[in-house]
Amino acid sequence: MSLPIQQDARRFRQIVRGKVRENLRQYISNSELIGRKGRDLVSIPIPHIQLPYFRFGGRLKGVGQGEGEIGTPVGTDGRADADGSAGDQPGAHILEVELTLEELAQILGEELELPRIRPKSKNNVMGTITRYSGMRRVGPESLRYFKRTYREALKRQLASGTYDPARPAIIPIRDDKRYRSWKEHPVPDNNAVVIYMMDVSGSMSDRKKELVRLTAFWIDTWLQAHYKNVITRYIVHDAIAHEVDSRTFYSLRESGGTRISSAYELCNHIIHREYDPAAWNLYSFHFSDGENFDRDDDRRCLELLAEELLPCLNLFCYGQVRSYYGNQFYDTITKIEDEKLCAVKINNDEEIYTAIKTFLGKGY
Amino acid sequence: MTRLVDYRELQDAIESHAREFGLDFFEVRFQMLDYDMLNQVAAYDGFPTRYPHWRFGMEYERLSKSYAYGLHRIYEMVTNTDPCIAYLLASNQLVDQKLVMAHVCGHADFFKNNLWFAHTNRKMLDEMANHAARIRRHVERYGLEEVENFLDACLSLDNLIDIHAAGIQRRPQPQSGPQPHRLYKLPAKDYMDSFINPPEFLAAQQARYQQAEQQRKHFPEEPERDVLLFLLENAPLENWQHDVLDIVREEAYYFAPQRQTKIMNEGWASYIHTNLMTRSVLEPDELIDYADHHAGTVATHGRHLNPYKLGLELFRDLEERWDRGAFGPEYEACDDLKARDEWDRRLGLGREKVFEVRLIYNDVGFIDEFLTEDFARQHRLFSYDYNDVTNQYEISGREFAEIKQRLLFQLTNFGHPIIDVLDGNYQNRGELYLLHRYEGIDLDIPYAQGTLRNLYTIWGRPVHVETVVEDKVRMLFSYGPEGDSREKLEELEEE
Repeated sequence: MSLPIQQDARRFRQIVRGKVRENLRQYISNSELIGRKGRDLVSIPIPHIQLPYFRFGGRLKGVGQGEGEIGTPVGTDGRADADGSAGDQPGAHILEVELTLEELAQILGEELELPRIRPKSKNNVMGTITRYSGMRRVGPESLRYFKRTYREALKRQLASGTYDPARPAIIPIRDDKRYRSWKEHPVPDNNAVVIYMMDVSGSMSDRKKELVRLTAFWIDTWLQAHYKNVITRYIVHDAIAHEVDSRTFYSLRESGGTRISSAYELCNHIIHREYDPAAWNLYSFHFSDGENFDRDDDRRCLELLAEELLPCLNLFCYGQVRSYYGNQFYDTITKIEDEKLCAVKINNDEEIYTAIKTFLGKGY
Repeated sequence: MTRLVDYRELQDAIESHAREFGLDFFEVRFQMLDYDMLNQVAAYDGFPTRYPHWRFGMEYERLSKSYAYGLHRIYEMVTNTDPCIAYLLASNQLVDQKLVMAHVCGHADFFKNNLWFAHTNRKMLDEMANHAARIRRHVERYGLEEVENFLDACLSLDNLIDIHAAGIQRRPQPQSGPQPHRLYKLPAKDYMDSFINPPEFLAAQQARYQQAEQQRKHFPEEPERDVLLFLLENAPLENWQHDVLDIVREEAYYFAPQRQTKIMNEGWASYIHTNLMTRSVLEPDELIDYADHHAGTVATHGRHLNPYKLGLELFRDLEERWDRGAFGPEYEACDDLKARDEWDRRLGLGREKVFEVRLIYNDVGFIDEFLTEDFARQHRLFSYDYNDVTNQYEISGREFAEIKQRLLFQLTNFGHPIIDVLDGNYQNRGELYLLHRYEGIDLDIPYAQGTLRNLYTIWGRPVHVETVVEDKVRMLFSYGPEGDSREKLEELEEE
């Protein structure tokens, strides 16, 4: 982002996304370029703002060149100042261009003005990368180190007097041969673990689960843009918690009462057994409709959070989808004051937006 | 195998071939850029910097995506300045760089010599930087949103200039002021004066005089084609707004000749690069790549006209005709197709003629004079129209007169409607009245309304444009405090 034009480009994107200059909205359109991606044709949407000006209207009357009879179609979208060669091959299968996840994350970050995550300095565990910067005397031919071999041979010949400048011919022997070898360099690695917990008791409807799913998707995208590896674990609970895979997480429906502490216990258990907080960036998100079994359980949850979970997590977020039974757990959890704790109510699609912004807005 | 290329040497070699060929141009300074910087420069129309505006961002995004999907590699860009600045894409192969350099020589020669560029500001590099600095200052002082809104309104009107003006008018003749007048009095001796010329009579005289004055004195006295100039001089603008509008107008005039000579300029540069490359510059092992890339630039896409190709073919055609002597009254009078095809007086005037043509003509004259029926037939030109039945554009014929007329129409006034200021004090209420010189094609009404709205922002009082709709109905479209409106005007009497 260092070219001066990036500012203009950013301003343009802001206008196109409707964030500023409402009065330009009516002039925004999407034309397309047809490009190639391998063998497929791809449609690349190009947003365009056209300021009004005095121009001719109605249908074009134009001039073209090429073969054809009267009545042959001429591929044009109307204004002959469009680029590209659209429209000439009817029936070609055109794919929509996908955004890469990085681009998606970038848009998310811009839209929500999210700060980049500053991973806690977890320098204890290093990943390694391999570089072929070393040398040894034996090895496979594919790793032969020509220059060094040559040099060794030259040295030997000079030392033994067999080198003839008039007819230089360097022939290495077995002892001259040198091969590349690798060294491992430690590189601080950034890895993250995200533990999603969801209340799947009777009161969580499909609609609410859908809200959770959407929120989780954006969180995943965002985190993946910041960490080399993101491992996701899923816990569902009603009165008891178990770990599941992502599919089950989003489709399971149980019935029964709700004990949130069961989920927190399990989460804690997983962390302590498998992920050393000193080495991993840990995130945890819990979604529920707020109804917990009783006061005792509330207390247990608060204990777990304050004493076990919050100390080792980067961030803990609680999202409460609307419930008919009151907002009890939200009120409970907000009793803890900790900047790593974040609680939000998500009542509908629009509020996912604010939820994500709150969750990820801290830069943890 | 990679060779270390001395680009300076290469440039010198190519330019010396170009000069031998007869070209004449200001010093060209090449810059080698990576694709990202090149896209930025292209978005800025070849200048290193422009005033801050989203439209440059828009163009940059389009170019970047287009490049990313392999749709183009900008081949050449050169500025109309002294010295010229031109660009090379770092990742291009050597044969491409040669093609670009040769092509740029053509453009540079055209800019320097073509008549229509004679009055352009060759120090535009500095000017553009200056414009950028001024706009930035205004943004700092008055805020981005305010300046951007106003800039957008100005840009909306930037085709309302006088393309026939020789260069940009800066200080037009002041309009002559009102003549002092004396009231007409009936002859009377002094003591009889108040009886013969009583006050009521004098008052009536005064009233009649004022009415006549008003009718005469709607300004401008002549319809003003340069609407932007009229606004600069008469609209109630704050200093910074005046400055912004002035900048927009300067740049519009600067680029106008380029827009009027696009076909010729591209044709000329292509003509030059093909000549230089095939005669002097290409190595044998580069031939295939060159042929491939050249074909890419002059390809037709889906039956659209490619200005590079059209221009190039026209130059080649006229060169060949002047070599053969296939011009003039005798040739025109000949009806026999076969005789025309085989006509060859061996005059060898082709080269001289193309050099002369690139000196004098712009696109309108170029097409008018050199697009012949033979050419149209050879190059399979056709007219196309929208078919309401099948809902698509279709070839509608190959009749030469129609083709030529359409092309000329598209090129006149860059294909934009001709609009004059008729009255800056319409209805004696300071309203602005524009006239669209109707020539058979209607204005785009929604766009016109949007433009009027922007005009209103600048003028401050209601604005109107008179036009004709569907060939016969005179309409007046307006914009004022109540929003937009329209009314039907009475038919003009037939002459």
